[in-house]
Amino acid sequence: MVSAMHPFALGLVPAPDPTEARARTILAGVHDPEIPTVSIVDLGLVHDVQVTRDHITVELLPTFLGCPALDLIRSTVADALAVLGRPVDVEFTFAVPWTTERLTPRGRDGLKAAGIAPPADAGNVRCPYCDSAQVIMDSAFGPTLCRSLFYCRDCRQPFEQFKTV
Amino acid sequence: MTTAAADLLPATRNALALLLLAMADDEFVIGFSDSEWTGIAPMLEEDVAMSSMAQDELGHAQALYCLLADVVEDGRDADAIAFDRPPEAYFHARLLDHPRGDWAQTITRRFLYDTADSARLEALAESSFEPLREIVAKIRREERYHVMHVTSWFERLARGSDSRPRLLDALDRLGSDAGTVLAPLPSALALEMAGIVPTRFGGLEAAWRTSLQPTFQRLNLPPLPVTPAVDRARADHSDSFRWLHGEFTSVRGLDRSATW
Repeated sequence: MVSAMHPFALGLVPAPDPTEARARTILAGVHDPEIPTVSIVDLGLVHDVQVTRDHITVELLPTFLGCPALDLIRSTVADALAVLGRPVDVEFTFAVPWTTERLTPRGRDGLKAAGIAPPADAGNVRCPYCDSAQVIMDSAFGPTLCRSLFYCRDCRQPFEQFKTV
Repeated sequence: MTTAAADLLPATRNALALLLLAMADDEFVIGFSDSEWTGIAPMLEEDVAMSSMAQDELGHAQALYCLLADVVEDGRDADAIAFDRPPEAYFHARLLDHPRGDWAQTITRRFLYDTADSARLEALAESSFEPLREIVAKIRREERYHVMHVTSWFERLARGSDSRPRLLDALDRLGSDAGTVLAPLPSALALEMAGIVPTRFGGLEAAWRTSLQPTFQRLNLPPLPVTPAVDRARADHSDSFRWLHGEFTSVRGLDRSATW
């Protein structure tokens, strides 16, 4: 509810296009193709959303430059926003580097739910299964560019960690 | 600070294009060459690691070729620049003309390349050309893992009784070409004057050699020889590169419209 004293009501600033809020809601429902428990919003991939009367532009940040999922993410975002009935441009930008600090708390929980330890400083990595800190890194390089290989000495499970960048 | 290639003077733009071509071709060639280990590396973890690093390099090459396409604006896209040139038109450093060889040669080549490349990237983090600075910031976060990984392998091979002779052989073959990655480009002065590279760029090779000294001394390795013919550091490509070129252009040769 917009109160009488709100800047929108006073006409000081134009009210935001409700389509932008819808676009952001839709984006929050687009998941990473390799980690279905985390949305691209919680992964911190969405840099900017611009909605004009006749156009929508979404700027995404690439996690790793050689990630083969980038094109798939781009087309999934374009398809998801098509329901808004305006032409959609989805672009990758390097304006700011994507870092693991962009992950939201919900994104970190989503990683754990997928069996992937969230990024942490060396020494602070915890097993996603039993939460033990008794873990060792097997290799900085895992099955995808964004993951490292670890082993938990308590529950004796190998697991992956989202690489800290 | 410059944000668009269109704002650069034509001479600066040409100089920048040469820098981007050198960097992109370096990443592209080492990426393709090291991807030959996929499936046959000495250990499973290393198969994954070497393949990951190779894939990273191809991603970096792609970002740099895209920027180069914007700077050159001659109608070619990143794929056309990457794949549609004859072997002699590639501008990678002579160090990367050597074949992957055995594991010791691959590790030695990557150690020499990654340490030199990281010195280059660190300097370019101060570039006045914003699009390059942004890509470099992104690449550096990934390359950090490469340097850590390959340095630990380099030390491991230098200390192993069976592996040390192989590492020494590799250093013997590659050592004199190690300086080609940071050899000054023909466009060095124009780049420096425009602030696209910092003034210390010309001294990077010497600084890099100094930075390697503690590691070489600790491992009791012979110092790297001086690099001959630095004016041809990125020319006269080898038969081994011509073979690699045939491999990486083969799909494009069969079907120009092929995509992932």
